[in-house]
Amino acid sequence: MTIEQVAQILNAEFVCCEENKHNEVHSACGSDMMSDVLAYVKDQSVLITGLCNPQVVRTAEMMDMVCIVFVRGKRPSDEAIALAQQKGLVMMTTQHRMFSACGLLYSAGLIAGESC
Amino acid sequence: MEHLHLEYDVDGNNFVSAGQATENVKFCLKGLGVNPQDIRRIAIAMYEGEINMVIHANGGKAIADIYLDKIVVQLIDSGEGIANIEQAMQPGFSTATEDIRSLGFGAGMGLPNMKKYTDDFAIESTLGVGTKITLTVKF
Repeated sequence: MTIEQVAQILNAEFVCCEENKHNEVHSACGSDMMSDVLAYVKDQSVLITGLCNPQVVRTAEMMDMVCIVFVRGKRPSDEAIALAQQKGLVMMTTQHRMFSACGLLYSAGLIAGESC
Repeated sequence: MEHLHLEYDVDGNNFVSAGQATENVKFCLKGLGVNPQDIRRIAIAMYEGEINMVIHANGGKAIADIYLDKIVVQLIDSGEGIANIEQAMQPGFSTATEDIRSLGFGAGMGLPNMKKYTDDFAIESTLGVGTKITLTVKF
């Protein structure tokens, strides 16, 4: 699916880099622990998280992810937004909680992907 | 290109800037056309090291040497050192505070991750002196 479809499914609002919404994504990972993302994730393109600091962007960047979804209506810090803009990383925020957001995307066909 | 030498100061008082050295190294490796999987392996390992230096050791130095067939990264700090390296290498063991966990780190995966993603991992630490970690990824 496209990033735009992710936003539609989650009724999410784009925070930055909406211009990249036509990019394709196939798999996702949900976590508030960046250490776990770095430890277990491989080739996932969407990060679903409730953590809002700039290290979320850096973690996504290290893992070559292209989109971050913030759950529970959270908004990333200005520093995090600035960093994501530099990298063209799409950010969006949804009112859904982590479990619902993951479930909705999974039901719509986004997979967990291979873990390391 | 025979050898590219890069040095960075990692600011121990700035959690926001942690990871900048890794970003720069990643950018260089991309420019050199290194295999993306190898770039990701060293990026994860170096980033974990940078974060560790910021949260545990008040910063330090990150040195990257890029050769035709490998990258060697040294992470050197003057922090308090690691009392029991074997224990610190156990997945899940962490001395991080709740504050650090609330930032998304301190799950006790840093050192195990560095070992997991690299072809060679070496750690030397002396209490009261500091820690030196050497990471090697072969291309």
